[in-house]
Amino acid sequence: MQGKGLRGLSIATAATLVTAFALVFFYAPLDADQGFVQKIFYLHVPMAIVALCGFIFGGICAIGFLRTRDRKWDLRSYVAIHLSLILGVGVLITGSIWARASWGHWWVWDEPTLVSFLIIFLLYACYQPLRFSIEDPDKQARYAAVFAILAGAFVPLNFLAVRLAQPLAHPRVLGASGNLPSSMEFVFLVSLAGMVLLFITLWRYEMAAKQTRMRLKSLRQRLLSS
Amino acid sequence: MRAVSALVRKDLLLELRTKETVPAMALFALVAYVLFHFALHRNALEGDLAAGVLWVTILLAAVLGINRLFVAEREQGGFDGFLLAPVDRTAMLAAKVTALLCFLVVLELIAVPAFFLLLLGPSAGPAFPELILILVLADIGLAVVGTLAAGLAVQTRARDLIGPLITLPLLVPVVLAAARATSPLFSAPAGGVEAKWLAVLGLYDLVFVLLAYAVFDFLLED
Repeated sequence: MQGKGLRGLSIATAATLVTAFALVFFYAPLDADQGFVQKIFYLHVPMAIVALCGFIFGGICAIGFLRTRDRKWDLRSYVAIHLSLILGVGVLITGSIWARASWGHWWVWDEPTLVSFLIIFLLYACYQPLRFSIEDPDKQARYAAVFAILAGAFVPLNFLAVRLAQPLAHPRVLGASGNLPSSMEFVFLVSLAGMVLLFITLWRYEMAAKQTRMRLKSLRQRLLSS
Repeated sequence: MRAVSALVRKDLLLELRTKETVPAMALFALVAYVLFHFALHRNALEGDLAAGVLWVTILLAAVLGINRLFVAEREQGGFDGFLLAPVDRTAMLAAKVTALLCFLVVLELIAVPAFFLLLLGPSAGPAFPELILILVLADIGLAVVGTLAAGLAVQTRARDLIGPLITLPLLVPVVLAAARATSPLFSAPAGGVEAKWLAVLGLYDLVFVLLAYAVFDFLLED
């Protein structure tokens, strides 16, 4: 009963992702400057957007936890941040590959978005060490929620500060979708939708698994105590 | 208000008697200058490099103080005593931020002149009012974020590790803005401070003061 609707969602996700990749490789035009490697943009940027939204969603769920004290909200926040961290690794790797291909270095400090993302990633990398070095489950949820709120608010502030630190804005190849050709923009939007669906599906699976495990534990305890 | 002043007095008295934190912070800053001198192989610094060395040193010295901020409370049951007292829990936040701010000011009274003496290039004559403004704005950010991070870390098993790990990424914008604001002051033809960095520091302080006020209570429930 936990996994209600998960099958349909999984099918929709798989279909959207397959469509997105088909469009990326067979429909989207080759970039005039960068050529084939620019196609990593359709993976890297949606992943970054979804990861950042996941971090902020984790913060919002944490507010929900502190207001209601319902463990479900804590679980939501934890799963969202956990998944976003995994996506974050992907963002840093794909960003690095893209930087290598288009600027010749594995890491460029004058790309403010990537640098901000690294700082945010380093901050969120402390979430799990913090969480799991507190034993009391109630306290663990509370402290993790406070951290998630602080870090969620830190995300936009950090972007602002790092952005301002660039003497002149780096020529944004394909940063803002405003200057994309419409065919590229369409493919980008499909990829973004696929990534959002992927996140939601994984999040729902993880939530269902965690809730089932918790239920199993409580049932077993009841069985043992009776 | 009385609770805050009592708590601040307690912290300052404790520091005056034990002299555990602030001397260690100041000593750390001096050692860091010596290390920077040898590691960078420079006798005098200016511009970006000078600002960076100063701010990284202040940040790391502040982390030492942040790590010890709640140690007495945890070891000697101060949290329980405070929670039993009929006062607002925000008093603890205000008191700890004030105490940390005092520690930082004392640290900077030693570390900044020592920096001028030991490392700053002879040509660079900094403008003091601007420097003090930057220091004050950055100190507020350091104190608020440091208090929050210390409050988060103090209940964990690996608190000496978790504290700095949370604090350092959170303080990247402060160091960034403070160092960029300071660097024209340390350049040979001294320039003016860019207002946007002061604005970033001010915004950072404002956001985290409000956030701290909103969430700190949840760290003190047991």
